[in-house]
Order: sequence, then C-alpha cells, then structure tokens
Amino acid sequence: MLLASLLGLSRLQFALTAMFHWIFVPLTIGLGFIIAIMETYYVRTGNEFWKRTTKFWMKIFAINFAIGIATGIILEFQFGTNWSNYSWFVGDIFGAPLAIEGIFAFFLETTFFAIMFFGWNKVSKNVHLLSTWLVAFGTVLSAMWILVANAWMQYPVGMEFNPDTARNEMVDFWAVALSPIALNKFIHTVTNCFVVAAVAVTGISSWYLLKKREEEFARKSIRIASVFGLISLIILIWSGDGSAYHVAKKQPMKLAAMEGLYRSQIGTPIVAFGILNPKKSISRLERDSLGFALQQPYLFNISIPKGLSLLVDRKSNTFVPGIEDIIQGGYTYINNQGEEVIALPVRERMKRGRVAIGALASYHKAKEVGDDQGKEIALATLKENFGHFGYGYIEKPTDIVPNVPLTFYAFRIMVILGGFFILLFSLAIYLERKGIIYRTRWFLVLSIVSVPLVYICTQAGWIVAEVGRQPWTIQDLLTTGASLSGVSASSVMTTTIMFFVLFSVLLAAELTILFKVIHKGPAQ
Amino acid sequence: MLYLLQHYWWLLVSLLGSLLVFLMFVQGGQSLLFGIVKSKEEKTLLINALGHKWELTFTTLVTFGGSIFASFPLYYSTSFGGAYWLWMSILFLFVVQAVSFEYRGKAGNVLGSKTYEIFLLINGFFGSLLLGVAVGTFFTGGSFVMNKMNITDPLQPVISYWTNGWHGLDAIANPFNLLMGIVVYLAARTLGLLYVIKQIDLDSLVAKAKVQIKVTGVAFILGFVGLLIALFTMTGHSVSPENGVISAVKYKYFFNMVELIWPAIMLICGILMVLYGIGSSLFSKGKFSFFITGGGVVLSVWSILICAAFNNTAFFVSTVNLQQSLTLYNSSSSLFTLKVMAYASLFIPFVMGYVIFVWRSLSKTKISNSDLDRPDAHKY
Repeated sequence: MLLASLLGLSRLQFALTAMFHWIFVPLTIGLGFIIAIMETYYVRTGNEFWKRTTKFWMKIFAINFAIGIATGIILEFQFGTNWSNYSWFVGDIFGAPLAIEGIFAFFLETTFFAIMFFGWNKVSKNVHLLSTWLVAFGTVLSAMWILVANAWMQYPVGMEFNPDTARNEMVDFWAVALSPIALNKFIHTVTNCFVVAAVAVTGISSWYLLKKREEEFARKSIRIASVFGLISLIILIWSGDGSAYHVAKKQPMKLAAMEGLYRSQIGTPIVAFGILNPKKSISRLERDSLGFALQQPYLFNISIPKGLSLLVDRKSNTFVPGIEDIIQGGYTYINNQGEEVIALPVRERMKRGRVAIGALASYHKAKEVGDDQGKEIALATLKENFGHFGYGYIEKPTDIVPNVPLTFYAFRIMVILGGFFILLFSLAIYLERKGIIYRTRWFLVLSIVSVPLVYICTQAGWIVAEVGRQPWTIQDLLTTGASLSGVSASSVMTTTIMFFVLFSVLLAAELTILFKVIHKGPAQ
Repeated sequence: MLYLLQHYWWLLVSLLGSLLVFLMFVQGGQSLLFGIVKSKEEKTLLINALGHKWELTFTTLVTFGGSIFASFPLYYSTSFGGAYWLWMSILFLFVVQAVSFEYRGKAGNVLGSKTYEIFLLINGFFGSLLLGVAVGTFFTGGSFVMNKMNITDPLQPVISYWTNGWHGLDAIANPFNLLMGIVVYLAARTLGLLYVIKQIDLDSLVAKAKVQIKVTGVAFILGFVGLLIALFTMTGHSVSPENGVISAVKYKYFFNMVELIWPAIMLICGILMVLYGIGSSLFSKGKFSFFITGGGVVLSVWSILICAAFNNTAFFVSTVNLQQSLTLYNSSSSLFTLKVMAYASLFIPFVMGYVIFVWRSLSKTKISNSDLDRPDAHKY
C-alpha cells in the first residue's frame, strides 16, 4: 500500500500542507491588490467611505495572512525534514530562490504589513498607501521566487551535474529565473490568485446585497472586483494555453495523463468533456496487456477533432504521444536542443539511467584510488547517459505514469470552472452597470456558491501540476522515492496525523472568525 | 574565491541567527504571560505591544532557515532530515504562534482567548529553548552518518541517517545544548522585559518588569558566563584545509577566539553592552536599555556562531563517524550559487534600512490602552 509506505506518507503530508497553505495564499495575494486599489480611491478622493471599505477588506486580509505565514514555514521545514535527499540534490539551485525570497519579499511584506495595520495615525496618507502597495507587491514577489523554484522542478535548466559533489549545480541564474516555464507559471498563478480574491470579494459582497445590508459598500466592491477579476481571468486563460504548450514540450507524460490519452494518432483530438473507463487502468496494463488494449479509454466523451495537436504545436496534424507511446518510444519529437530525435522506450532509459548512476559510483571509486583514466571513462559514460539519470531509480516502466484519473478530472474541473468564472464576472459587470444587481437574487446566490468553487478550481490546478509530474520531484532527474529522508514511516505517519489535526482546528478557528467579521460587516 | 564566499555566507547566516536571538524578545515577552502579567488590561497591552513585532521575528526565522538551505544545503539536509523530531517540535511551536496574535482577541474565536495565550506562552518558553538546543548542536554535533555516494544505490539512495531512534530529541539531553537553550530563553526574556519597559505605557506593568529584570537579567548573565566557560573548555573539531581530515582539538573554540581575535573583541563589546544595558535599566529610566542590550546580544551571539565554523572548524560534527562531519568546505553551495546570492545580499542594508524606518515610525511613542481603545485600532 502506497499510503503505508514512507514515500506515500511523505507525499500525503506534503500534499496536505501545500493544499492547506494554498487555501489562504491566493486570497492574500489577490486581496492585497484589491485593497490597494480601494485605498488609492480613498487617498485620491478623500472619501471616508473608501477608507471604511479598505479597512474591512484589510481585516479579511489579516486573518488569511497569519495562517498563510504559519503554513508557509511548514513547507520550508518539510523540504529538509521529509525530503532531505532532495534538499541536497537541488539545494544549490532551489535554495537560492528561497533565500532571495526571504531577503527581498518576506521582509517587504511583513515590514510594511505593520504600517498597513498599525500606521493609520502614525504615518501620512501617502506613506500608508505606499505601504499597502508594497505589501501587495511583496506577496507577488514572494510568489515569484517560489514559482521559479517550482518551475525548475518541472523543467530543470541552467544547471550542470557535478560528479564530485553528486548534485546539480547552478551555472546560469537567468536561465533558471527567466525560463519560459517559470515566467508562464508566475503569470498563471498570480492571475489565478487575483481571480480567487475577485470571486471571494464578489461572493461576500453579494451576501450583503442578499441580506439587504451595506448596499453601497457591496456594489462598489463588486464593481472593482469583477473588473479586476475579468481582466485577470483573460490573462489567466492566455497563460493557461501557454502552460499546456510547455507541458506538451517538456512533460509529455503529464499531458497524456491530463487527456487520458493512451494511444495517439496524427491530428490528436482534445477531450472537452469525458468519463474515463475505469477498466483501462495502468494496473491492468501491467497484468493483462491484451485485455487493456481491448478497452476503450473513455466511457463517454465529447472531443474536438485535432484540438490537442493545435493546442500543443499550433498545427493540426502534430502527433501527440499517449501514455503507451511514451512507454514504448519510437516516435519522433524535437528535444531541448531543437533536434529531431526518436524517443527511446522507457525500459531503455531505465537501463541508461542505471548506467549513469553506476558511472557516478565508478567515478568516485576511481577518484579514491587515484585512477585518472578510470575517472575519465566513468565521467564520459555519466555525461553520455545523464539525461536518463532519474530513470535509474524507476523499477518498472509503468511507474512513470502519474495518477491518470486524478490528473484528467482535475484538469477538466479547472478548465470548466475557469470558463464559468468568465460568465460570473461578465454578469456581475452587466448587472451592476444596469443597476439591478441588488435585486437579481439568483445571481447573488450564484456568486456566493462560486466562492467554494473558486477554491476547488485553484486546488485542481495544483493537482494537475504536481500529481501530473509524478513520479518525479525533478523532471527526469530525481524521483520522489529517491528524494526522501532516512526517517521511519511511523514518524511521518505521526506528524501527518498531527498536521491533519492542527490544520482542521486552524481552519475551523479561521472560518468562524472570518464569518463573524463578515457578519458584523464594515460598519463595525 | 570559494573559500571567501563560504566564510562570507557563514558570516551572514550567523548574523541572521544573532538577529533572530535579539528579535526573540517577542518570545521572551510572551513568556511573561501568566507570570508578572495579572490583569486583563496588562495582558492585552503586552500582547498588542509584542504583536506589532512578531512577524519580524518570524520572518527572520524563515529567512535564517532559507539562507542555510541556500548556502549550506548539506547541513539543511543532514540536520533537518536527521534530527527530525527536534525540528518538527520547533516547527509546531512556531506554527501555533503565528495565528495566536491575530486570532486571540477576535470575535467568533472558537478556541477561546486563553487557548491562544497558552500557545503564546508555550512558544515563548519552549520555542526559544528548543531553538537554543538546535543552535547548540553546532558545537556538540549529532548522531548521524552521511555519505553522498549513497545516491548511487537505487534501492537505498538516502545520503544521511540519524543513528538512534530519538531523531534529534537526544540533543535536548546534552547538558551543553540544554544550557544553550536556557541561555537563549533567558536572553529572550530579558529583552522582552526591557521591551516592556521601553514600549508600554502602563506604570503597574513597567514597575513589575523593572523588578523582574533584576532576577532574569542576573540569571541571564550568570547563565551566559557558564555557557562561555563550557564553550571555551570543550573539545572542538578541526578540519585540515589540505586533505579534509577532521580531528579533535582541545579548547578549540577558545583558540578560535584567540587566534581570530576579532570575534573575541566582538564578544567583549557584546558582553559590556549587555551589562551596561541591563544595568542602565536598573539605575535609570532605561530609554535605550533595550537596544543596547539587544546590540550586545547580537554581537555576542554572532561572535560565538562565527567561532563555530571559522578557523577550519567542523560546525556539525558526526559523533558516529568523525570524518563525515560537516564543514564550511564540504557542505556549501557551489561557487556560482554563492556568488549569485552574494550579489543579492548587497541589498540587505537596504532591507535593514526600511525595517529600521518602519520600526521607528511605529514605535515613536509608547503603546497605551488609549491607543487600543481607538475605534479604528487594529487590536490583538
């Protein structure tokens, strides 16, 4: 049982922490900007209404901010406590963005947070406004560096493997910081945060309108949030297309899992909506390949012909490899150097990976006994096979397939809800301009229901990104299994239970306080 | 160049560590809850005064961790992955602190104010104590084995293990580590009391703090002297820069001070500042006692942490296999990464500049109940 193993428990604990952290962070990041816009209105107009509005949303911000910080430190610690091999293997690259995040972003956030909340009567209006904007930028800056690190794990660039230290070392900082995956991920994630906050503000404001309270406050909040949300959503969708494009190029297995695509063809369709056939599973492929081949991948699906080919390559006849294609190899693709190459079967990559790992061991043995020729031979072998290094830790070819149903459904949930929010914001803008939003009861109810939906949407996005990358912590270089610490499964089980209890209590505490603040309203 | 940057980054990490000990006046202040603080009015005022600063301490802790990860990843990997329960305990103690200030006084608080106050008290005492214990392992080492070449065993690639089942809790049983923990706690509590005297406008509380500082301040000084005696008489471990061989050296940390000299000067200055700072709080209004004592703590802790690794000293000794101990040379990031981060570190004075600006802006006047009673006050 995966969940009883050290690997399963460590993954569960990290997923639990990351998902819990991600309940609070997007609202903090997005709300920071909405608050800054509102305070700008206040400073420009001098209208006390905007100060009151700003301060109400600041209360919501502060409640979220505290718990976001509390859960953020857990992730930082867990890199070391639960993933110590990973910490060493990538510390040279991953550590730098983390340290820069601390120096630049965290201090910016927390220092000016103090002015934002305690400085109303101690600094001038303009200094206060500047502080609010700096906190907002600080949250985004903080997101940027951690996303750079995450993007590097999806697409490792700007580094070289050092056989003497047995780790990857950075050789090009800008290649790491400005990789196309990092830039795209940054835009996609930050705009996602803006959308979360915009939906939350619209939903909470709609509740006031439904209760016939705070009409001016609620309508003006909706006006700002819906425009902010719609603009963010358009950029979000554009960057989402970019994400899929990059995934297709750099992580074809993730894309195949997102689509539930086992066998492909030239001019691959995209599944707009579908239900996977549970009989077509990887475990079946392992034990009964003929039975597996006879099963259709979907029980039901609505597909757009050639859609996937167009999405990944902007050409209608591009071959997009499926899960079995990737396992068996033999198709041609363009590698990172821009050359057209034939994909190797995973079994062959596993073999070459073991050769690379063996060469590293030989290199060190030769070094110990002062055998220079042996070192050179081992080094050449390692270099030749290093692109397959991580595959040396894979036990069987199907281990490189992530959880297909989870990735497939999470992707569709994210996309469908993303489309729904366009409708929501457009309706909000239309109804508010018409001046009838406060009496359009069905819309107000829909807005409130949308708040939990936006959280499901954003969590689904991270599930696609992270579950879809399995079994890798660093794509093709290090598996999650080889990233672990030397602790017992029972220790990780105990801390996982402790975290689960802690998170449940904290969530209950946070939500009751939040609901109370909302119930009291901005007048209090 | 690599040698220089390894030392530069240890200097910075040590500086962050020493600033963290100073900023742990917040923890020290929290430990006063249920002690000298009796009335609800005193409690609220104390928590709000500390609440204005807790995030700075927390951020320094996070950055301290991030900087070690970035500059000495092998330490991060070996210590965090090995001393699992020690670090997990510290983690839980700080997580409960992070929400306590914000949630304690809020309406709809299901856990009740008392629960959060207990969280703050526990964090105040045990958080500082255990962080001190963890710092102590820079001198006493740990029961770990580490071999990077384990990565070449696909079935068992973990590069470091803790060799006993206590996974770091054994560090608490080491008398030196425990003494370090107690001294860090006493430093935090002393600074917490000085912060109360400096920043809170409530005569009853300030009077009690002035009485308490006599006991806590003296205990801190005595504990610190004891710690220095233990440190200077203990055996440290030296690494040969030529072949990386590690060997035991009697009075290693004392020799580090004497041979390097400048950490010794820093330490003497630090001790004098601490003595003057605490003394001035007893015999005068003590307007600057908090900052003078804090500055002294920073200098003293910084000099001690420098001696943990400078002068070819192993800073995380394996008590199981001496040759697998960690030094600045075998545990650091690459030259390129250290260089990139060194460029980033040039912004630290700028960061410190705006932190000081904001601190001054918000702490020009003492905090009083009338500040908290204002309708638009953000109250904890």
